[in-house]
Amino acid sequence: MSGQEFVPLSLTPMLIGIFAAVACALPGNFLLLRRQALIGDAISHVVLPGIVLAFLVTGVISTWPMMLGAAGAAIVAVVMIEAIRRLGRIEPGAAMGVVFTTMFAGGVLLLEQSDTSTVHLDVEHALYGNLESLIWLDATGWSSLLDPEALRYLPTELPRMALTLVGVCLFTALFWRALKISTFDEGFARTMGIRTNLLGLGLVITAAVAAVAAFDAVGSIIVIAMFICPPAAARLMTNRLEAQIAWSVLFAVVSAVLGYALAGFGPLWLGGADSVSAAGMIATVSGVILAIAARFGPARGRSGAPAGV
Amino acid sequence: MSSDEAQEAKIAQSPLAIRGLTVSYGEKPAVFSVDMTVEPGQMTAIIGPNGAGKSTLLKAALGIVAPLSGRVSVFGRSLEEQRARIAYVPQRASVDWDFPTRVIDVVLMGLYRELGLLGRVKGAHRAKARECLERVGMGEFAARQIGQLSGGQQQRVFLARALAQGADLYLLDEPFAGVDAATEKAIISVLKSLRQAGKTVVVVHHDLATVTEYFDNVFLINTRRIAEGPVVEAFTEESLQAAYGGRLATSQIDKLAKA
Repeated sequence: MSGQEFVPLSLTPMLIGIFAAVACALPGNFLLLRRQALIGDAISHVVLPGIVLAFLVTGVISTWPMMLGAAGAAIVAVVMIEAIRRLGRIEPGAAMGVVFTTMFAGGVLLLEQSDTSTVHLDVEHALYGNLESLIWLDATGWSSLLDPEALRYLPTELPRMALTLVGVCLFTALFWRALKISTFDEGFARTMGIRTNLLGLGLVITAAVAAVAAFDAVGSIIVIAMFICPPAAARLMTNRLEAQIAWSVLFAVVSAVLGYALAGFGPLWLGGADSVSAAGMIATVSGVILAIAARFGPARGRSGAPAGV
Repeated sequence: MSSDEAQEAKIAQSPLAIRGLTVSYGEKPAVFSVDMTVEPGQMTAIIGPNGAGKSTLLKAALGIVAPLSGRVSVFGRSLEEQRARIAYVPQRASVDWDFPTRVIDVVLMGLYRELGLLGRVKGAHRAKARECLERVGMGEFAARQIGQLSGGQQQRVFLARALAQGADLYLLDEPFAGVDAATEKAIISVLKSLRQAGKTVVVVHHDLATVTEYFDNVFLINTRRIAEGPVVEAFTEESLQAAYGGRLATSQIDKLAKA
């Protein structure tokens, strides 16, 4: 494919897919090890009522009110999960399950009851996003990357997702050591003076920001898949956290690129006429990678069984 | 007044002084109004039946769980000021040993206060971590994934991490639970060497048979404080009876208290 076609039609959706995948996979590593992997799932579901409410209040589909609504809903969900967990004394997974299904269902009802027929806001959009439509029509080829006039018309999702990724990377790099210690041994971390509650909350908020930004650009399917599949596959490849992070980023990028390409061209190769949902295909590829890692990954054996004394 | 002053002086000298500590997880308190004064430079065992609040006492003293009330002073000052002087060894079973990391990385965690959030791990840090592993007889295991260790080896790695902290007060939660005889020997010899170096060691302990052999002082607890003092004075039939109630046979207690 020439740059003339690739840059306007495929480059921006691919980059947005990559940024979204990596931004979700990075905090996903820690959530997975803390047995909180469902939080990503929960967040991506609960933002729906937030976004719908923001639309009902403002009456327009615009980025910032919707992001704020989504963030508000995420915070409400985290508080509700904590409250249910503590008051009901049940395990966090169950509390999350109750909260996110309820809030997502509420969001769907709100969406159906409200008049959103005139705007591009529906359940399908919430699930699959609109990755394919995030094209850059002002680009004429690779040279447009240096053309300020064309750059002004980049889809706004691209810089926003890039900024989110930078934020996620900064959080991970800055708190790397504290995150590692408190994920492994929270009690010990507290005796070292690490504020583990704040750090845990910071991690969830970081995940929420990544989820909301990605949700807006690519829908919740990718968000859910990227929080779990690349980190889980990466865990099966190595027994070192540093390497696990690197593998998870690689898997996230491969899922995004391969998924996007397969969605666009796969059906044609198979003789079909239409392309399929890029978001769905990216999530599927990440699942296939996880399946392969589960079968062939070098660190997939539970090493628990101690050899002798 | 002078007895108050004597109390205050004692608290100021003690590596760990606890006053009126109450902790509750639900409606029933796990630890109720406990006073404890750890003697400097000695080895103290915290003993009591299951569910008597031994670990909770330790965790509350360290700020891991929030107490309902009470005051904790470490070498005469607040816990926050003295964090660098405390090393803590949690129960081995409290962490997930499938965590993707190596033995040497766990020991390096003990240097967090030295390294801070972003400090680079240098050769000197690694050398220190290795030296701590040697002290617990785990030198060859530095590059091992922690999930491949036996229970006793895991416990020794935890002790090595505490050694890396270079503290003055060592608090250990059930370090001898479920470990092999060789590990128990290795751990007790390291703890004794710490005492020799003037450090203070406090151990939550479950094996009554080894109390007189290993420790200088005992602290008996069953939600409330039962007894505290040198082993010969406090580890008596009466106090054991009070702490364990009918859970120990009289003949058993006789044997232990005289041992």
